[in-house]
Amino acid sequence: MDAQTLTVSAEPTSARAYVRATPVPAMAPPATTVGALGWVRTNLFPSVGSGILTVLLLVLLGWIAMWLIEFLIIDAVWTGSDREACLPTAERPDIGACWAYIGDRFAYIVYGSYPIAGRWRVDVFFAMLAFGTAWLLWLEAPRRDIGSIYFFLFLPVASFVLLHGFESIGLPVVDTALWGGVTVTIVVAAVGIVVSLPIGVVLALGRRSRLPAIRLLSTLFIEFVRGVPLITVLFMASVMLPLFVPDSWSPDKLLRALIGVALFSAAYMAEVVRAGLQSIPKGQYEAAHALGLSYWQSLRLIILPQALKVTIPNIVNSYIALFKDTTLVFFVGIFDFLKTIEVARVDPKWATPVTSATGYIFAALVYFVCCYAMSRYATGIEKRLATGEKR
Amino acid sequence: MGAVPFYRDPKLRGLLLQAVLCAAIGLLAYGAVHNAAENLARANIASGFGFLNVTAGFDISQNLIDYSPQASTYGRAFLVGLLNTLLVAGIGIVFATILGFTIGIARLSKNFLAERLATGYVELIRNVPLLLQLLFWYNAVLKALPEMAASIVLPGGFILNNRGLFTPRPLFADGGQIVAVLGGAVVAAVLFNVATARVERLQRAIVVRIAAIVVIIVGIPVAAFLAGGAPFAFEYPEIGRFNVRGGSEVLPEFVALLLGLSIYTAAFIAEVVRAGLKSVSPGQTEAAQALGLRRMQTLRLIVIPQAMRVIIPPLTNQYLNLTKNSSLAVAIGYPDLVQIAGTVLNISGQAVEVVVITMAVYLSFSLITSLVMNIYNARYALVER
Repeated sequence: MDAQTLTVSAEPTSARAYVRATPVPAMAPPATTVGALGWVRTNLFPSVGSGILTVLLLVLLGWIAMWLIEFLIIDAVWTGSDREACLPTAERPDIGACWAYIGDRFAYIVYGSYPIAGRWRVDVFFAMLAFGTAWLLWLEAPRRDIGSIYFFLFLPVASFVLLHGFESIGLPVVDTALWGGVTVTIVVAAVGIVVSLPIGVVLALGRRSRLPAIRLLSTLFIEFVRGVPLITVLFMASVMLPLFVPDSWSPDKLLRALIGVALFSAAYMAEVVRAGLQSIPKGQYEAAHALGLSYWQSLRLIILPQALKVTIPNIVNSYIALFKDTTLVFFVGIFDFLKTIEVARVDPKWATPVTSATGYIFAALVYFVCCYAMSRYATGIEKRLATGEKR
Repeated sequence: MGAVPFYRDPKLRGLLLQAVLCAAIGLLAYGAVHNAAENLARANIASGFGFLNVTAGFDISQNLIDYSPQASTYGRAFLVGLLNTLLVAGIGIVFATILGFTIGIARLSKNFLAERLATGYVELIRNVPLLLQLLFWYNAVLKALPEMAASIVLPGGFILNNRGLFTPRPLFADGGQIVAVLGGAVVAAVLFNVATARVERLQRAIVVRIAAIVVIIVGIPVAAFLAGGAPFAFEYPEIGRFNVRGGSEVLPEFVALLLGLSIYTAAFIAEVVRAGLKSVSPGQTEAAQALGLRRMQTLRLIVIPQAMRVIIPPLTNQYLNLTKNSSLAVAIGYPDLVQIAGTVLNISGQAVEVVVITMAVYLSFSLITSLVMNIYNARYALVER
């Protein structure tokens, strides 16, 4: 059988129907995977189901985008001095965002009720804070050690003198009840940022201490604060704190809220720092010990520089949470940014159907830009730190 | 070499440090209690938890248990608030989980648009404060809904307007409610037993369990319907001139809080899910494909069981966060625990007790959660040699 087939097929003849004499027609080339068309095919329409999903999502996206553009730009009212500008009329039935209202109340949103004559002080504070922040965040900046002294020591004192006032150098005292708006939000966030990190480091070290009493107290504090909502901590700071101190002290309302926010974020910061401390190999502690460094020396020179470096992204994330949480001082009667939006929103001078939405969208944009910038920074640092580990 | 001076002895130094710290804290606590007692005496406020038995005298807009301002006590008011917190947290957890898993999986999708949209959602929602989102949903969306007369009528008999959401309410004949629940429970138990007994033989645990749950969900109403001889119909809400007649009412505060919490927490759950799915090494997926498993099988049998080990602890943490965040209900006036505590505090002036009760409740939530998590971790943690 085999021999016969072989001899037959060897003959150059087409007499036998089952032997193919012409080549198979070439298959169609595979769908292109390069170029714009290829990208669309692999990323948007890889299969029927995925393609249907793409179309549905495109419709959804288009609908949202159209609505947003119409509301925020096309139908929006840009100028006007009171509600008349933003009320729907016969010739303008669809009214979009009422930006005129934001423009009108802008000074209130930024400064609250801070006296108009003293608002330059707030501006100087903003400038000093921006300078310090830039110095610290820009990793190639010269003399960052002086920068941190400026930020963590000089700035708090200078800001207090500027904002609160100091009679003997000619700055009249401005009561904190008059502070408001973006100013208060930034003050609360900045105090939280400056205070929570050192307290957090101390608590984290305490939780890892060999001494049982210190460990117990630190753990209790951290777990207690992390177990309750911030709002109850703020309530505690605002209604219970005045009870716990002598009657004559009666701490300032803003100060009470600041204490609440700082303690709350310190507990979260402690857990972030503790994770960083745990990531340092035991050999580092032992080596520092073997070199004869004391506990504090080894912390300052060996452990903390490494631990804090790897923790920077998490510290920034924790600052983002803190920045968002500053909105809660709202509940203890502090006029922060969100509260001024709330107050401006119900102002009868600007009572229109779109006022609320405009105010909230504006606030959301501001918060989003700040938080997103911080989170991009954290991601950037994370990438930068990872380069050292790459092989 | 002389003897080491006593202040260089690490043991002694440790003891001394702790003693000083304890003394300082003790002193602080003593001072606080002393001042509190003095201040309270001056303000004429009796301390202690006796006030819980005093008649509350204020109304609560949503109560799951019987409550009346004239007859009920502060203690009862706290209970109403606690139940309201649990209600919104429970429903919120269900919605947040569904939405969060969908978005988390979409973030790993090969579909470019789905992936980008999911990322955009997560970035937008995570970077805007929850309080702002709640206020937005309540004041800019729900309060901006049409008036009663121009209510939006949704399919299925739902009515939506600026007074809230009105849903059809099942009507039961006399005793029908009890018959329905009992009958449903019996049918459900039987079905569940039958279903799980077959698990061993079928070797398809997940599918059968899902089927069992579906059967239970469908089973209870059907059993109730049959048991009562089909005694109930739905009472549909009807729009009146000033009010909606009939049906069940869901407060706009509740709807806003539920929306805000679910949408906010879903963004965080999505990140948890994404991290969990990514933690399963690609070798696992490749091995599964090499064994000839299909895509869904790979996901169901290989990836998800391994990912769940990573997902569940942070997921529970998010559930806890949602519960704690529900305290922001105060901003929009939903009567949760903190809102009622605030009202009680203002009326009775018992600041210390009220804050302690509120904190104790949230603290016990978090302690119970971490206890359950410890047990879970002990059972399911990856065991290595």
